[in-house]
Amino acid sequence: MDNIILEMRGITKTFPGVKALDNVSFKVREGEIHALVGENGAGKSTLMKVLSGVYPAGTYEGEIHYDGELRRFSTISDSEELGIIIIHQELALVPLLSIAENIFLGNEVAEKGVIHWPQTFARTQELLKKVGLNESPATLITDIGVGKQQLVEIAKALSKKVRLLILDEPTASLNENDSDALLKLLMEFRSQGMTSIIISHKLNEIKKVADQITILRDGGTVETLDCHKEDVSEDRIINGMVGRAMEDRYPPREPKIGDTLLEVKNWNVYHQHHRDRQFLHDVSFKVRAGEVVGIAGLMGAGRTETVMSVFGKSWGHKITGEVTMHGRPVDVSTIPKAIKAGLAYVTEDRKQLGLVLINNIMHNTTLANLHAVASNGVIDERKERKVAAEYRSKLRIRSHSIYQETVNLSGGNQQKVVLSKWLFTNPEVLILDEPTRGIDIGAKYEIYTIINQLAAEGKGILMISSEMPELLGTCDRIYVMNEGRMVAELSKQEASQESIMRAIMRSGEKH
Amino acid sequence: MVADTSTETTKPSIGDYLRNNIREYGLLVALVIIMLFFQFVTNGVLFRPVNITNLVLQNSFIVIMALGMLLIIVAGHIDLSVGSIVAFIGAISAIMLVKWGLPAIVVIPACLVVGGILGAAQGYWVAYQKIPAFIVTLAGMLVFRGMTYVVLGGRPIGPFPKDFQLLSTGFVPDFLYFLNPSPDTIKNMVALVAVLALVGYAIFAGLRNRRINEQHGTENEPFVFFAIQMAVISLVALFLGFQLSTYRGLPNVLVVMGVLIAVYTFVTTRSTIGRRIYAMGGNEKATKLSGINTERLTFYAFVNMGALAALAGMIITARLNSATPKAGVGFELDVIAACFIGGASASGGVGKITGAVIGAFIMGVMNNGMSIMGIGIDYQQLIKGLVLLAAVFFDVYNKNKGKG
Repeated sequence: MDNIILEMRGITKTFPGVKALDNVSFKVREGEIHALVGENGAGKSTLMKVLSGVYPAGTYEGEIHYDGELRRFSTISDSEELGIIIIHQELALVPLLSIAENIFLGNEVAEKGVIHWPQTFARTQELLKKVGLNESPATLITDIGVGKQQLVEIAKALSKKVRLLILDEPTASLNENDSDALLKLLMEFRSQGMTSIIISHKLNEIKKVADQITILRDGGTVETLDCHKEDVSEDRIINGMVGRAMEDRYPPREPKIGDTLLEVKNWNVYHQHHRDRQFLHDVSFKVRAGEVVGIAGLMGAGRTETVMSVFGKSWGHKITGEVTMHGRPVDVSTIPKAIKAGLAYVTEDRKQLGLVLINNIMHNTTLANLHAVASNGVIDERKERKVAAEYRSKLRIRSHSIYQETVNLSGGNQQKVVLSKWLFTNPEVLILDEPTRGIDIGAKYEIYTIINQLAAEGKGILMISSEMPELLGTCDRIYVMNEGRMVAELSKQEASQESIMRAIMRSGEKH
Repeated sequence: MVADTSTETTKPSIGDYLRNNIREYGLLVALVIIMLFFQFVTNGVLFRPVNITNLVLQNSFIVIMALGMLLIIVAGHIDLSVGSIVAFIGAISAIMLVKWGLPAIVVIPACLVVGGILGAAQGYWVAYQKIPAFIVTLAGMLVFRGMTYVVLGGRPIGPFPKDFQLLSTGFVPDFLYFLNPSPDTIKNMVALVAVLALVGYAIFAGLRNRRINEQHGTENEPFVFFAIQMAVISLVALFLGFQLSTYRGLPNVLVVMGVLIAVYTFVTTRSTIGRRIYAMGGNEKATKLSGINTERLTFYAFVNMGALAALAGMIITARLNSATPKAGVGFELDVIAACFIGGASASGGVGKITGAVIGAFIMGVMNNGMSIMGIGIDYQQLIKGLVLLAAVFFDVYNKNKGKG
């Protein structure tokens, strides 16, 4: 009855020394939304790269049957020709070109190399309507948000007559509204008969849209669940992903809360680029010793901007307000001064802002506090090795040695290196910005455990996260931000997904 | 992506090791092959004592500037103005020495300071105003060249007093002559003793380093490689040292160069400043967010480059015994090429002093060898260009292969 559009049989893909995929089987029915889940490194992306021809036929074992025929793709364009389009997590759009130019890039509406602009725009308009994006085709990509960029990518896929759309973590950087819109769009496409494969870490979303769920673990297929035949719970999926029952996703903690460490009062900041626009309005918050404090909010609420402007004024301008540590005013006007005052900031984007990827674990670990392993400007290599080895084992960074380049580490281990760097500065208040983004469930648990340990040692933790369950599971107190303002402060008892959303919505009405 | 989960360190085979470090060995092997090649085609002229001395004198300034340029390139920038700084410093040193009659002992430090100021003038725009170094130093290249014409009035100035000339034409006096076992062949005992001492120290330090690494469980290169590498370097050094000792001994410039190489190697590998420059070149934003004053680092990298270009300028001027407005034209390209041949990455964060020095010598030996062979400047340029491209391609090829 069900028409199988894609079947991958016995796919095995080996990299030097590593078996990334081991005899994986994967079947997709026509017209369904099929979710592919698994921890980082489980082989999801590799499998999709095999499918799309990034890894050409011959470099893997096994067979790909598409539309009932055995296919051997040797380039991406081979698979695209048959309507298999993949949208990667890192969007492949050119920021300074317009929406229309991006959609038809490499596929221009042209005659003898001369672009037919009116037709290009007309067709773009049509595509944008289909994805529900209300923007002019001439708008530059750089001027629209990530959510809309994602829609442009989908419009681009539609322009190529897509039959099988593959989305790799499409909602990872989207806020809740944009995510919902995107998922709705996928469901609409499904009703029109299009097939999609969605790779995601967000299990609640998968539950919402998926018809079938295939779980990969350590390069092998674990199982495929049919959401229409059984009620698939999140715990059930996690169970399959990690291979053990995850009793509790958040390690338990007995909070021992002490005196106020960091307090920020009446913090007003103007926008970094649009210099006459006030971005943060009278933001105040505090973090006490041994306390884990969360900041919830939608994307663009000003959470990252708040902590970055506090941390050495590394964002914004015309910054006014008061910062105190232990009740005494401190100078945080430059990053070195902020570090000296006892702050540490683990950035949201560990690859761009957190790590020097071409450097090894040791060099990254000591970077923010080099003088602690040096005397008179000369690095004591023995001391440095010792420090790096200590943090490597303390935070359980999985690597060959402290000399491994951080670019080769998995997301969770990279994050642990960034944490090592900041722990080595011995901060009193540690600011964590999306500390578990893009890392797998096992590593997340380890990060939460580290957070708990730090709180137990009497450090104050300020954590920004877009995953509400994470904030609810780890924080003692949660601030809610919206449009540059603190709109609510909720105790652990008061906080719930509903109360947070209510606070955001209500504040939206007020302004 | 799964490999990183293993905590076990598997011992790499010798073949693996060679593949992973092919760049470093390759560079050294290339230098040796190029030397042997020219020694052969020039019928032994290349390694004659006089020519070795010339080689050192002709290339010292490229090597000296390459030290500063490497820091600039590792920091993620470039400096096109060094050739013009060379000319300008040559000009003002000539004016101070010849027209004003100031003693060399005053002129030399003054010129170094002026060089530093020229570097600072460019570093300011790069570091604090965020103007790309390519543009700033292109402007500097034009400005300083123009200033040279202005101060010289278009005419060369020279000759220089003897003491200033010693900077580039002087030799370390033979204060160890009494140790000389055979005064007929060996004309300068200091050269021989110095080279012997250096080789001895290098072997001692190398072995000590291996022992320390072993104690800390750090991976050592296979002993065979260490031994071969040491043997080759020692033999070449001893041979060159012996050749020099049969002529006039160690040129002053060689000593200056040697000391600078040692200092900059130390700075890049062991100092916090060096570490920070590499980090900045690898990821400026992350480095800045780690509390490091990246602007100041960039600024001082340019100041340093200016001062080294000034030193090179004085050495060249002293050697030519005349300051001309056209001095140093195109030097920036040789210096930059030396760094890239030596394995520096154009995107920053990667590069070694030893690589840049070997790169400079590869360029130098080729210049010198081709000149002896009577190859015209036209073909010399062509060949040098191809060698640069080949060296960088070799890098890129290896990198891509490593990715699997």
